[in-house]
Amino acid sequence: MSHEAVLHAHESHGHDDHGHHEHHDTFLTKYVFSQDHKMIAKQFLITGMVWAVLGGLMSVLFRLQLGYPDASFPWLESILGKWAKGGQITPEAYYALVTTHGTVLVFFVLTAGLSGTFANFLIPLQIGARDMASPFMNMLSYWFFFAASIVMLSSMFVETGPFSGGWTAYPPLSALGDASPGSKSGMDLWIIAMALFVVSSLLGGLNYIATILNMRTKGMSMTRLPLTIWALFFTAVLGVLSFPVLLSGMILLIFDRNFGTSFYLSDIYVNGVGALSNEGGSAILFQHLFWFLGHPEVYIILLPAMGMVSEIMSVNSRKPIFGYMAMLGSLFAIAILAFLVWAHHMFVTGLNPFLGSVFVLLTLLIAVPSAIKVFNWLTTLWRGNIRFTPGMLFAIGFVSLFISGGLTGIWLGNAALDIHLHDSYFVIAHFHIVMGVASMFGMFAGVYHWFPKMYGRYLNNSLGYIHFWVTIAGAYLIFWPMHYEGLAGMPRRYYDFSIWESFKQFAELNRFISTVAMIVFAVQILFLINFFYSIFKGRKVTTQNPWQANTLEWTTPINPGHGNWPGEIPEVHRWPYDYGKDGIDFIPQTTPVGENESSH
Amino acid sequence: MSTDILTEKKKIHPYQFYLWGGLGSIVMMFAGLTSAYIVKKSQANWLDFDLPNIFLVSTVVILVSSFTIQMAVKKFKEQNENQYRGFLSVTAILGVLFIILQIQGFQHLQANNIALTGARSNSAGSFLFVITLLHLLHVLGGVIALIWVSLKAFSAKNNMNNDLPVKLISNYWHFVDILWVYLFVFLHWVG
Repeated sequence: MSHEAVLHAHESHGHDDHGHHEHHDTFLTKYVFSQDHKMIAKQFLITGMVWAVLGGLMSVLFRLQLGYPDASFPWLESILGKWAKGGQITPEAYYALVTTHGTVLVFFVLTAGLSGTFANFLIPLQIGARDMASPFMNMLSYWFFFAASIVMLSSMFVETGPFSGGWTAYPPLSALGDASPGSKSGMDLWIIAMALFVVSSLLGGLNYIATILNMRTKGMSMTRLPLTIWALFFTAVLGVLSFPVLLSGMILLIFDRNFGTSFYLSDIYVNGVGALSNEGGSAILFQHLFWFLGHPEVYIILLPAMGMVSEIMSVNSRKPIFGYMAMLGSLFAIAILAFLVWAHHMFVTGLNPFLGSVFVLLTLLIAVPSAIKVFNWLTTLWRGNIRFTPGMLFAIGFVSLFISGGLTGIWLGNAALDIHLHDSYFVIAHFHIVMGVASMFGMFAGVYHWFPKMYGRYLNNSLGYIHFWVTIAGAYLIFWPMHYEGLAGMPRRYYDFSIWESFKQFAELNRFISTVAMIVFAVQILFLINFFYSIFKGRKVTTQNPWQANTLEWTTPINPGHGNWPGEIPEVHRWPYDYGKDGIDFIPQTTPVGENESSH
Repeated sequence: MSTDILTEKKKIHPYQFYLWGGLGSIVMMFAGLTSAYIVKKSQANWLDFDLPNIFLVSTVVILVSSFTIQMAVKKFKEQNENQYRGFLSVTAILGVLFIILQIQGFQHLQANNIALTGARSNSAGSFLFVITLLHLLHVLGGVIALIWVSLKAFSAKNNMNNDLPVKLISNYWHFVDILWVYLFVFLHWVG
């Protein structure tokens, strides 16, 4: 349906307050092949949650191996079969679990689950549009993601197992079928899933960009946009410009795997026999192409969280966001720098030291906009009238994690230090805190804050507090000790550390980390129960604007239909951060500027 | 409600943004491939060879087709339906001709032992094939769109007030033209 058609469809609703036209929506068009951005957002969210549970479960399983390398758990064999012969996860299964955990968490949860949910949900609602520029392609975007999910899931069930060469899919493990069991059909399915995923994010991203640029309501100038929208805009631009580069790397990979070219492969021997008839490829080439996406991907994951955190902090501090233009400028700077730092993942590949020092400089430059953002979040909180809702707590947790993880980024960004720290547990600690857990916190903050708009009901607050405190304590207890392990030289992706004299000292620490990981996972189940229970039985929202926020989504009815506003789309007269201005608690964007009003 | 639609119409159509974003992503894909080409070329075991002359002919053909589609846009603006149809179909035919010429170029390369895959292949040849084949796929998409728009232009229901389809296809067609010129110059001078 084009947007004009949506307008027409809505027009008919508008004339009929009792909603008799609702029966045009069948179950299939309302809940399955829906073109309503709000329903598509929920589809992304719930699919992302399914993947988060599966990916989290995988991490619990491989943490079980790392914490208890000598123990045998017969129940594991009954679940995993030949992957856990004798009750112990096999090395092949361990690598498959690590790889799939990384792939699904990075791409399916924190990219599709995060951007897919909140870009879809918030863009039309906050800019004042009835739907996306192309609701049809928006629907396609979800179904490509769904197809990618099915293909990725099916790779778990092939004879030789899913791909097991790490989420970065470096050749030769990814390019040569004989390299490992997971390099066979598991890798083919991995590539197909990722190709479908790239199509999904391109369709979604183009829609977000076109909608933001073109479909804002009257008065909604670009500098009146909430920071959430700006962040989602830069995220979409990053995705549209970086995923195609990954795709070009994948195309060359497919040719190497299936058609006998040698872009990435050279002089490979498997069991003493030459595996290739041709030669001359370069495995490093793939790393360049991969990380040219891979680094922007970090910000594709982080920026939406940053945007939502800015919004939630301002609303719950009852204060305008500190330094709107500085926030915007730092988003822009991060988006630009994201494209210029990819080789900091490759300091130990024999990169020219001069080039390395250029990448060190550019990498450390990211600290500047990041510090601006942190400063502005803290000054937004400063002397605010803070309401500690679960959403607000998760937003503050995000800032805490972003600082902790960001500081270790300054270590890793130095080429000289990176020689020691590369591929160690220090790296695992760094990126999990700054990107993985922090963005997860952003996502939780968003879910708690916008749940009333999504479902017309509240999440349970007490469960929310338990969820927050256990998760933040757990996040630090899991990842903080890993810094020490990494400094001591403990390499990542090893199956069993107990055979090394130098790492035996960490046996208890590893067991501790694994135990905390299980507790944190259990608490996420509590969140799931809260989420699904509250959809049906949660306390009902009774006012249009439960958080007393200024943005447009709170001017829609409590349960908005397709088209969002029953009458005219409201006009916008001011920026979204007029909190506590001239002694008034909040002034919605739709309120005209008074004659004697001071400018912000 | 109807005023909403009217103000919507005055702005640039969302599909136009859609297309521009899409073109940006195609640019990045080819930027990735040609950068990889430069990296790979600086390493050992690279085969130097000349491009077949037939690629020069196909370059001329696609340049001419850019001119004809621009004429189609002009005739559309002048509401000259017959000439609009004519220029549109000529462009589609030139697009098909371009595809045929490219395939002949590939055959010429293979006859000279430059192959995409197999024992005699070298990544210089593989790169040339992959890059030009991917471009050809994008041209094929454009030709299909051109044929579709042409068929619409010849149908009785042709709407000479809606300039969106011809705008979108002409933007896209100019793009694949410029992309080919870039690739041709790149492969000729760098390769």
